[in-house]
Amino acid sequence: MRRLIPSRNLVVGAVLTAGFAGLALISFVWTPYGVTGVDIANRLKPPGGGYVLGTDQFGRDILSMVMVGARTSIAVALIAVGIGILLGVPLGLAAAARRGGVLDEVIMRANDLIFAFPSLVIAILITAIFGPSAVNAIIAIGIFNIPVFARLVRGGAIALWQRDYVLSARVAGKGAARISAEHILPNLANLLIVQGTIQFSLGILAEAGLSYVGLGAQPPVPSWGRMLAESQTLISIAPHIALFPGLAIVLTVLGLNLLGDGLRDILDPRIRKTRR
Amino acid sequence: MTLLRINGLGLEIHGTPILRDVSLEVARGGITGVIGESGSGKSLTAYSVMQLLPEGSAPRGEVLLDGRDIALLDEAALCRMRGNDVSMIFQEPMTALNPVRTIGDQVAETILIHAPRTSRRAARRRAAETLERVGLPGDQFPLSRYPHEMSGGQRQRVVIAMAIALRPKLLIADEPTTALDVTTQAQILDLLKGLVAEDGMGLMMITHDLAVVSDMADDIVIMKSGEVVEQGPARQIFGAMTHPYSRALMEASGHVPERAGAAADAPLLEVRDVIRDYPMARRHVLGPSRMFRAVDRVSFNLAKGESLGLVGESGCGKSTLTRAILGLDPIQGGEIRLGGEVVTAGHSVSREQRRKMQVVFQDPYGSFNPRHRVGRLVCEPFHLFDRQPRSDERDTALANALESVGLKADDANKYIHEFSGGQRQRIAIARALIIRPELIILDEAVSALDVSIRAQILDLLADLGDRFGLSYLFISHDLSVVRSITDRVMVMKSGRIVEAGETAQVFDTPAHAYTRSLIAAAPRLPDHAAAT
Repeated sequence: MRRLIPSRNLVVGAVLTAGFAGLALISFVWTPYGVTGVDIANRLKPPGGGYVLGTDQFGRDILSMVMVGARTSIAVALIAVGIGILLGVPLGLAAAARRGGVLDEVIMRANDLIFAFPSLVIAILITAIFGPSAVNAIIAIGIFNIPVFARLVRGGAIALWQRDYVLSARVAGKGAARISAEHILPNLANLLIVQGTIQFSLGILAEAGLSYVGLGAQPPVPSWGRMLAESQTLISIAPHIALFPGLAIVLTVLGLNLLGDGLRDILDPRIRKTRR
Repeated sequence: MTLLRINGLGLEIHGTPILRDVSLEVARGGITGVIGESGSGKSLTAYSVMQLLPEGSAPRGEVLLDGRDIALLDEAALCRMRGNDVSMIFQEPMTALNPVRTIGDQVAETILIHAPRTSRRAARRRAAETLERVGLPGDQFPLSRYPHEMSGGQRQRVVIAMAIALRPKLLIADEPTTALDVTTQAQILDLLKGLVAEDGMGLMMITHDLAVVSDMADDIVIMKSGEVVEQGPARQIFGAMTHPYSRALMEASGHVPERAGAAADAPLLEVRDVIRDYPMARRHVLGPSRMFRAVDRVSFNLAKGESLGLVGESGCGKSTLTRAILGLDPIQGGEIRLGGEVVTAGHSVSREQRRKMQVVFQDPYGSFNPRHRVGRLVCEPFHLFDRQPRSDERDTALANALESVGLKADDANKYIHEFSGGQRQRIAIARALIIRPELIILDEAVSALDVSIRAQILDLLADLGDRFGLSYLFISHDLSVVRSITDRVMVMKSGRIVEAGETAQVFDTPAHAYTRSLIAAAPRLPDHAAAT
C-alpha cells in the first residue's frame, strides 16, 4: 500500500466530520433532552446552566436539536450522494464504453440538460409538486448528483480505455460491461471517493437550503435549515438559537471539504508529487 | 581543453548509495557519450552537473565547470549557470514544451530570462535565428507555430533551439533521440554534431544505445550500478573492450537469438487487401466528414511457425493493422483470415478465433491493471474458454506459463509493481502463452527494454517459438531487432507495404528507396567492434 501521510487538512477535516457523524449516532440512543416536548418555562435560555447551548422559543434544548438535526442532514446528503453514484457511475461507464456512439450522446446530452437547470430551483419545483418531505428532498438532491458522477466517470474511463491492459482484456474476449467492472471502475475508485466527499458536503448545504424554505424534513423532525428559519425573527433577542445550527452547517461542510482535499492529495498521484 | 571535469562524484539519496566515485571529462568542442542501462546512474550524473538533484541527496566529490567547483555556488549563481553555461535536452519532446505557447515565445523566453536587458524584439529576432540554425527556417516554421502543429522530430529541434539559444558552453542531452524514429534520430544526431562543431560546445550525450554514440562521440564512458566500468577515447573503446560488462553490453545490442525456425507451408494468417479508414474532424460544422486511410490495401500471408516482421516509422499504420488483425477495430475493405476462417471485428469475433491469437504490447508499465495480482492477470485469457478450467488445472497452467518465461510459480501472488520492466514483459508473454495460441502479435514488445534485457527476451521468444510451434508477427521500428528474430520482413510506409521478402535479402539488398533510407539511418556499431 501507499504511504498515507496525513496532511493537516485531512486531519482537521476527518476530526470535524467524525465529530458530527458521532453526534448524529449518539443521538439515536441518547440526547440531553427530548426534542419534541414543549417547555415554555425554559424558553430562550442562554447557553450555560442546565442547557449547554441554551434553548429555543419552545424551550427545546438546542444541543439535542443540533444532534438530531445532524442525523437528518447526514442521512439526506448521504442517500442523495448514493443515488448519484449508483445511477451516475454506470451511466458514465456506459458512455465511455460506447464513446462517440448514440448511447454516449444520449447519456451525455441528458446530463447536460440536468446541468442546465439551477439545482436549487428544480429541487424547489420537485418538492412543490410532490409535497415537502425529507424523501423528496433526497430525490431532488440525488438527481443533481447523477450528472456530476456520470461526467467524472466518463472522463476518467475514456483515458483508461486507451490503456494496453484494456486492449489485452478485449483480446481475451471480454465484453465492455465486464471490462468496465474489472478494469475501469477499480481504477476510478480514488476519483469517486474524493468527489463523493465533496458532493456530500454540497448535499448537506442543499438539504439545509431546502429545509430553510420549508421544503425539507417536516416538523417535528429537527433540521438545521429549519432551526435557522425559525430563529430568524428572534435573532436580536436570542442570537444563540441561530448561531449554533449555523455553526453546525459551516463546520460540517468545512470538515467534508477539507477531508475531500486531503484525500485528493493522498490518492491522486499527480498532485501528490508536487504538493508537500 | 577540459570544459567539465567530474572528480570522484558520489551520491546518496536518503542514505541509499546511488553513485560511487564517478569521474569523467568533457572537452571543449568534444562529445562524451555516457552509456548505461536504466538504473546505472547516468541521468543522475547529469543532474549533478546541473545541481538539480532530488530531495534528500548528499553529493560528494567535485564538479568543475571551467575550473569552478559548482558545489560551492549559491542558488542565484546556479540559476545564472543553468541555461547560460550549461543547458539540457530531455528525452520526451512531447512534454518538454508548453503546449499553449508558441515556439517563438518559448525560445525567446529562455533568452529573456538570462539576459533581461534584451528587448523583446531582439529576443524574438534571436529566437528566429536560433530556430533557423536547428533546421526550422522561418518561412516554413513561423514563430507563431504551436507545439502540437509539429512532429516529434521538429519539436525536439525546438527543444534544442531553447537549449542552445544562449550558446552554452556545455550541453547535456539525456536520451535525446530515444523517443524518435530512426530517420528522425539520424537527423537530430547530425544536427547535434554540427552544432558542437560550429559553437565549440561540449556535449555530454547520455544514452542506453551504444550504436547511437558510436560514430559521433570522442570519448565513451560506460556506467553500471552507479559506477564507471570503462572509459576512454571512442576508437580505443570500440577497438578493445576490457571490462566484461561493456563486452556483454556490446554483444547484447547486436544479439541474434538461435532459432530452428521451421516454418510450415500452411498459411495461418491471410490478410487480403485490407483497408482501414478513420473519420477525421469535419472542416466546418456542416461539411462532409473526411476520411483518413491508415491502412491501404495491405496483403500478406503468415505461415504456421513463421516469424514475420513488420517495420515502419510511427504513424505508418502498423499498429492500426495490428488492431484490425486482432479484431478490435472494424475494417472497411478486404479480408482477414485466421486458420482459414474470416476474422470479423468487434464483439462478434468468436472465442475460438480469439483463442488462436494473443498480443504483447510495448509498454511493460501500462499493460497490466495495477490492482490485480499476477495470477489473475496472466489467467485473463482463460475467459476465452466456454468451460472455465478447474482451479487445479488453472494453477498448473499458470505455474507452467510463469516457469516457461523464467519466473517462479509463486510470483502469481504478487502485484505487478513488484516487478521490473523486463520481468513485466515476461509476465505479458506468459499471459499471451497461457492458452497456447498459434499466433502471438508482438507490438514493439522489446522496444522499451534495456539492451541486455532485450537480448534475454528475444532469446526467450525464440525458444518458446521453437518449443510450442508459435508464429510471431513482430512489429517494430527497430531494424536490428527485426533482423535478428524474423524469417521474413515487410516494410510499411503511409499505410502501404512497400517491400516484403526474406529478412536477409531485404536488409542486404533493399529494393525500395524507403527501405534503403531506413537502413541507412539506423545507427550501427562499428564493424571492427563486433569482432573483439
